[in-house]
Amino acid sequence: MSPLRRRLLFGIPLALAVAGGEAFYVILRRMQANNYDPHALPSPLLGKRPPAFALPGTNGMQGFANTDLAAPPKPMLVNWFASWCVPCLQEAPMLAKLAAEGLTIWGIAYEDDTQALAQFLQQNGNPYQRLATDAAGTTAINWGVYGVPETYFIDKTGIVRWRYAGALTDDVVARYLNPLLAKYS
Amino acid sequence: MIPELGHFALACAVALAFAQGVVGIFGPSLRDARALYATPLLALSHFAAIGLAFLALVWSGVVSDFTVENIADFSSSAVPLLYRITGVWGNHDGSILLWCLILSLCGAAVAVAGGGLPASLRARVLGVLGLVSGGFLLFTLTVSNPFTRIWPPPLEGAGINPILQDPGLAFHPPVLYTGYVGFSVAFAFAIAALIEGRIDAAWGRWVRPWALISWCFLTGGIALGSWWSYYTLGWGGYWFWDPVENAALLPWLTGTALLHCAIVVEKRESLKAWTVLLAIATFSLSLSGTFLVRSGILNSVHSFAAAPDQGLFILALLGLTIGGSLLLFAIRAPVLAATGIYAPISRESALVLNNVFLCAIAAVVFTGTLYPPFANLLFGIQLSVGAPFFNQTVLPLTAPIILAMGVGPMLPWKRADLLPALHRLWLAGAAALLVFAVLTASRHVIAALGLAGGAWVVVSALTDLFRRRFSTLSRSALGAALGHIGFGVSVLGIAGMTLAVQKVVVLQPGQSTTLGGYTWTLQDIHDAPGPNYTQRVADIVLSEDGAPFLTLHPSRRFFAAQKVITNDAAIHTNGFQDIYAVFADEPATGGAELRLNRHPMAPEIWFGGLIMALGGFVSLSDRRLRVGAPARRRHKPEGVVA
Repeated sequence: MSPLRRRLLFGIPLALAVAGGEAFYVILRRMQANNYDPHALPSPLLGKRPPAFALPGTNGMQGFANTDLAAPPKPMLVNWFASWCVPCLQEAPMLAKLAAEGLTIWGIAYEDDTQALAQFLQQNGNPYQRLATDAAGTTAINWGVYGVPETYFIDKTGIVRWRYAGALTDDVVARYLNPLLAKYS
Repeated sequence: MIPELGHFALACAVALAFAQGVVGIFGPSLRDARALYATPLLALSHFAAIGLAFLALVWSGVVSDFTVENIADFSSSAVPLLYRITGVWGNHDGSILLWCLILSLCGAAVAVAGGGLPASLRARVLGVLGLVSGGFLLFTLTVSNPFTRIWPPPLEGAGINPILQDPGLAFHPPVLYTGYVGFSVAFAFAIAALIEGRIDAAWGRWVRPWALISWCFLTGGIALGSWWSYYTLGWGGYWFWDPVENAALLPWLTGTALLHCAIVVEKRESLKAWTVLLAIATFSLSLSGTFLVRSGILNSVHSFAAAPDQGLFILALLGLTIGGSLLLFAIRAPVLAATGIYAPISRESALVLNNVFLCAIAAVVFTGTLYPPFANLLFGIQLSVGAPFFNQTVLPLTAPIILAMGVGPMLPWKRADLLPALHRLWLAGAAALLVFAVLTASRHVIAALGLAGGAWVVVSALTDLFRRRFSTLSRSALGAALGHIGFGVSVLGIAGMTLAVQKVVVLQPGQSTTLGGYTWTLQDIHDAPGPNYTQRVADIVLSEDGAPFLTLHPSRRFFAAQKVITNDAAIHTNGFQDIYAVFADEPATGGAELRLNRHPMAPEIWFGGLIMALGGFVSLSDRRLRVGAPARRRHKPEGVVA
């Protein structure tokens, strides 16, 4: 092997490391600038309308169907939750705060029983304007729900713009929800 | 007061580490004897300073000093003493301090045990270690300080993450970190050799024990971690191809390759530049494994949440360490010329084959782990690469390694004939064929292939041992054979696990179900007390042909402070099979939701890992390999220029 080729060959590891380092640098900068989230789970619903469904209400509240989400007067959230889920419990104060600020939140209770749900709402407050129940869990499958709690942001044209899997926290609201509300209101 | 002392000791350690780095690297080229004498002392005091800082943090944990943010966030006075201590490294800041402690311990070990090394080489090795340590200590001190105070202090700490409250996890990080960080010594030797521009058989002999000891710890650490996830997480799995697991596997793969090709450098003075590159790559992967996982880039269940600005600091450190060493490699390595030549069929070629396949596996795992974030960056698509990809790509690459493992040790150096070697392996081949034939009869082809491969490796290593006769056997050959046997045993375990049977059932007390030839009866569900949790225990009686032979007590633990429920699996093992039961849930309809498993050969996975690590230690006790050639050292006092 000629000396030059040998030199080039020995430079390959460095070149690879530099390229990798550069990519990590860009990723980290974009994470700081909030336009890259390695933990985001893609949702098949993004940019689409929710699939057809019609769920009954529960605990004396009105249920809803996909047609009710076709054109809401202002952007809103659909929140999947369950009384048996611990993160939902942690999320409850944040939902109550958002509801108090005037955001429309509709809830879907996932595989839950009426009595436990009533107790949950009594203890943690009820942020929902409508509350449906998906006792069989089939609508959840059609939505691609990953686990509860999960929150969908629906704009005025009825299109899902954002999905968040996990409890809503101050950080999530500041980072994602507030910019969305500013954009789609 | 104590935390302040720790903080101060940490600051001293930064200064000492950089002094060690500068004096160690530039001293020898100035031909200044004072520098050669000073470096080992600096390394020892640097270790003492970090040791003090670490003790201060442990002390704060033991006395539950909640003015220290780290203790308030991750401990509480209700946590048992053992976990108040181990909890210190169960979080981001504390674990980095532990990491630095082990790095400085490696430096101290080289300073003490390296008396037989040429003084300039030792100074340069310590210098490289000092610079690396200084960088990470600076990170600890500035952006990730475990001694940060809060005022007013909370009355009670937030408590330890219940899943970490487990003896397996308490000792998994120190063992794993020792493995990761130990490769820093091989790395420092590689850099020092590049600076000096000289690599010979002696260099190979000096590097091997350090690489070997870290490899033993890394093997043990990975086995412990896998065992921990098997019995605590309650999923009944032992390896999930999670980025953090892959991060530990990568340096293990390249480190294993390093171990094998350092033999070639030592015996035959070949593969020099490649060995140096592997030493750099192994430590670089250890570094990336420890730190990229914390930067938040990789999606993982091991959530050590860290802020992106910490990530940038880490990236800069990694860039300097990895980029700097590879730049040095690109400039200096081309002059390293091989002197030994060998035929295509020889021990050397077998070791090259081992390296090629180990590195191919490493490349595949590396690509699979980093593809999701990079694909998102480059093409804007979000995807995840999971177990199916890794299983389908890694397993075919393991097959040639398994085959070569049997033949390689039988081949002589320089030039060999394949036929006599294969002739000696008739027993191993027969054993493998027999296992394969018996199992294909029951139509489990994958399991049959795996078990046959495991049998092949174990029997061929045993053949090798008997061929050499025990009386004349060197400990390094015994260690190597044990290492191969351990690997074969792990392969047997992994293959056996593909025959596992599992069932999820809801049982009312008194009801039973059948699985894997046993009858599983739920006898009772009751409450039981615990130190900082309450638990619900299910009593499950197993019987075979109507005769009960075992009672399992899986439980669900409720940790009130964190509002977390963990499932404590009940595992009964007889050495060749695990019976594994998890109390998953109590449904509203009453009774218990149980996950029942029968795992044939499962214990062999970790048993094999243990044998591998043991083989490493046996090999390490070989006199020729013992650190620093003691025969020469005895005539000279410690630290004198050789």
